[in-house]
Amino acid sequence: MSTQPALKDWPLWEVFVRSKQGLEHKHCGSLHASDSAHALQMARDVYTRRQEGVSIWVVPSHLIAASDPEDKALMFDPASDKIYRHPTFYEIPDEVGHM
Amino acid sequence: MYTQSFSVPDDTAGNTSGPKGVPAAASAAEAELQAAFDARIDQDGRIEPRDWMPAAYRKTLVRQISQHAHSEIVGMLPEGNWISRAPSLKRKAILIAKVQDEGGHGLYLYSAAETLGTSRAEMLEGLHSGKAKYSSIFNYPTLNWADMGVIGWLVDGAAIMNQIPLCRCSYGPYARAMVRVCKEESFHQRQGYEALLVLMQGTQAQREMVQDAVNRYWWKCLAMFGPPDADSPNSQQGMRWGIKRFTNDDLRQKFIDATVPQARVLGVTLPDPELKWNEERGHYDHGPIDWDEFWQVVNGHGPMNKERLATRVKAHEQGAWVREAAAAHAAKQQQRQLKEAA
Repeated sequence: MSTQPALKDWPLWEVFVRSKQGLEHKHCGSLHASDSAHALQMARDVYTRRQEGVSIWVVPSHLIAASDPEDKALMFDPASDKIYRHPTFYEIPDEVGHM
Repeated sequence: MYTQSFSVPDDTAGNTSGPKGVPAAASAAEAELQAAFDARIDQDGRIEPRDWMPAAYRKTLVRQISQHAHSEIVGMLPEGNWISRAPSLKRKAILIAKVQDEGGHGLYLYSAAETLGTSRAEMLEGLHSGKAKYSSIFNYPTLNWADMGVIGWLVDGAAIMNQIPLCRCSYGPYARAMVRVCKEESFHQRQGYEALLVLMQGTQAQREMVQDAVNRYWWKCLAMFGPPDADSPNSQQGMRWGIKRFTNDDLRQKFIDATVPQARVLGVTLPDPELKWNEERGHYDHGPIDWDEFWQVVNGHGPMNKERLATRVKAHEQGAWVREAAAAHAAKQQQRQLKEAA
């Protein structure tokens, strides 16, 4: 069984804050901390000094998998010619009213 | 929050740019990437950390953002000096909140710089060794309580002028950090101005204290915007890259035009006999700035350079045991979890 050596530098954490009950957590920045409890404490001090949040998530940055900017066209362009996925694609007579 | 509106060369260009993930592109491929980058900048688009960017763009940003971050951190020192001597509990609480903000601003900026592939440790090493620059305004002493008000009003005021356009900087993480910073900055300027208003309603000695602080800081604040456009060869490139939106002289002019009426309301004079409204230009004219002094201070010969750096290094060294203890605690917790899982 291998154990990790003592951390030299504190690892990087991404911080997500829920600004208000009922809203989603939103990414707001990153910070270095020794562990998750420490990261939460620091996130509170750094990102919620003026009641900007009611809940915080911290995630080790290295655990985030991200799409490659070079694949942007491959990933997202196919959606651009599928305009029939939008409600405005369809003509509905005025007398139907709001639909 | 503070920055010089230009980034001066650090003492050695020690930072090699480019994160490990970016392969050395063949020149044709590189030209294509460069063209796509230029097109995005022309459309006022944003560059994000993993996007391709020219090495010089990355290097300029690392230097500018880290200098900006260092300025926040060193900027805590002149004000931190006055926390124990603030004239009331209210002013003490305000000053603590402001200094805490500056620390936070430093962190937002270090984080933004780290997205460019430079580690926090490298940046701190640059600051502590004296290689990296920070805003020269902090290399002057804060002699009396009115200095706290003047720093809020004028120094933060100058910084705000500079930082608002940076909210539209082409590099996404820097721009987002600046949005957060600017939201908090208005408190800094207003608390300073209000502290001065209170002093101005006090005794003659208190009014003189305010005037003295204004006299000492005015010219240094004008210099914060950086050398005149004619002597600022990097400005053009910064503007081309969408990092800079206004020239040093334009920002300085905006600051002067905004500040003159504020000084009038406060009841102080600004120490420049040539300061007068120019009807034709629609701006205030001002006298010459002492750039020799400015460069002396940038190059390490200001009244407080040594002391500021020494204080910063001491704080870092004395905090070493806290960093080590936190890391040791985290490692122990991790081992305990592994044992429980086994």
